[in-house]
Amino acid sequence: MTASHAIPPEALAPPGAGKRTLVQAIGWAVFALILLWAWKGAEIRPLDLARDSANMAKFATEFFPPDFRDWRTYLQEMIVTVHIAIWGTVLAIVCAVPFGLLSSSNIVPVWVYQPVRRMMDACRAINEMVFAMLFIVAVGLGPFAGVLALWIHTTGTLAKLFSEAVEAIDPRPVEGVRATGASALEEILYGVIPQVLPLWISYSLYRFESNVRSASVVGMVGAGGIGVILYEVIRGFEYAQTCAVMLIIIVFVSTIDVVSSRIRKLFI
Amino acid sequence: MSRGASLSIDALSKSFGAPTRALDAVTLEVAPGEMVALIGASGSGKSTLLRHISGFVAGEVGSGPVRVGKSLMQDNGRIVPDIRRRRAEVGFIFQQFNLVGRLSVMTNVLMGLLPRVPIWRSLIGRFTPAERAEAWKALKSVGIERLAWQRASTLSGGQQQRVAIARALVQGARIILADEPIASLDPESARNVMEILARINRDQGITVVVSLHQVQFARRYCPRTVALRRGEVVYDGPSADLDAALLRRLYGAGVEEMLDGTETIDAVMNDPVVAQSLAD
Repeated sequence: MTASHAIPPEALAPPGAGKRTLVQAIGWAVFALILLWAWKGAEIRPLDLARDSANMAKFATEFFPPDFRDWRTYLQEMIVTVHIAIWGTVLAIVCAVPFGLLSSSNIVPVWVYQPVRRMMDACRAINEMVFAMLFIVAVGLGPFAGVLALWIHTTGTLAKLFSEAVEAIDPRPVEGVRATGASALEEILYGVIPQVLPLWISYSLYRFESNVRSASVVGMVGAGGIGVILYEVIRGFEYAQTCAVMLIIIVFVSTIDVVSSRIRKLFI
Repeated sequence: MSRGASLSIDALSKSFGAPTRALDAVTLEVAPGEMVALIGASGSGKSTLLRHISGFVAGEVGSGPVRVGKSLMQDNGRIVPDIRRRRAEVGFIFQQFNLVGRLSVMTNVLMGLLPRVPIWRSLIGRFTPAERAEAWKALKSVGIERLAWQRASTLSGGQQQRVAIARALVQGARIILADEPIASLDPESARNVMEILARINRDQGITVVVSLHQVQFARRYCPRTVALRRGEVVYDGPSADLDAALLRRLYGAGVEEMLDGTETIDAVMNDPVVAQSLAD
């Protein structure tokens, strides 16, 4: 009896505890319904995997051994792919600096950053592949269409990342610069940029890494680089060659990932 | 209102939505070459007042003009349109130093020159040898020229505050506002920074208005003290007259905060070794 006096009943079951478990249960139920719904929409048929396993095993064996007869062409096109990624990223960085600043709530008033942010959202919302198809119509087949596609999409992504970094800065140094009588531009250049530069460099390198991956895909719609070859060999049922091309992509992309993440670590 | 004042404020009021006003019709005039302490408990409006002078904050409609030298900073609750350039006429020292930590000490000091440097040079960060020499001279006068090429963030608090003073010096301003410049510093650095401010005032005739948390420093370094309580000027006169009895009358129970640590400071000041170093 004494124990029940020492601990008030509310402490054992705080008020509102029952309500929380109910909300949780509803949350899980909704989550389960969404999964079920998506299962139907995506036409997931796990049994097919088992039924067709013999076919797939045969299909897989056709990939091996990889056929590297045309490795010179593959390598050349892979390098073109990296070139596409380089220029797509560089142009995007150049544009993302002003657009990133113009979408930061601590730099510009709301009537500037809201429209700019929406514009960047639009650039980011549409996949590089879609832009690539559009630019092929505008500038013709080839790597340049790929560069333009990556440029637009990456500008949207980097501007967002850049502005997030700008919004997280310490305002005091900026005020220190302002107190000297600096102009608005000087304030950004001396007070804001030094604070965000390491992050900006890191984000840019990261986007370069993922642009090498994207550049190998935009080729599949005809925007130059290794993707064009990949598309051709898959369409020609040349699976041994497909395997060779994929291996080259894997080696390039992983190497660039490793090197770039090493460099990124230097800046943070 | 005399034309020759270094700083003049007329009936400046401000409230941040709270029932008590942050500034309540503050009227103040400071003559060129004065060294004035601004004291008061936390929340009494010291920082708010200084930030109004630099045009960081606008007063209420109905407030009178705030002038630095001949330049109008704000009037009737409106900051003048070209406030950015006018801020060059006021050196501002912050409690947290407000340096750009990733840049070198030298670059931080050179920032004081930005308003005088042509825009194309300031945007590419090019400063002439003469400008660098000026920054060097300022660093030397606060005694940290050997740290010129270090990143500002690697310096101690006291050293950073001296960089901030050097930055204000190269601005060439005739008045320096210091907002709690020693509140984040250890006692020795605090004394050092106050000595530097007093020397600038004495040797270069630069007007200094310094807000302080502790009356002890006001009495030691500033001939004149302006005391604020809840945004109102409750005392404006010789610092020497500010004894414990008067303070108790001005602030009542709140005075303990301002006298806090007085004994320790007295002890340090009366220490013969410290006294010797101060005399050097």
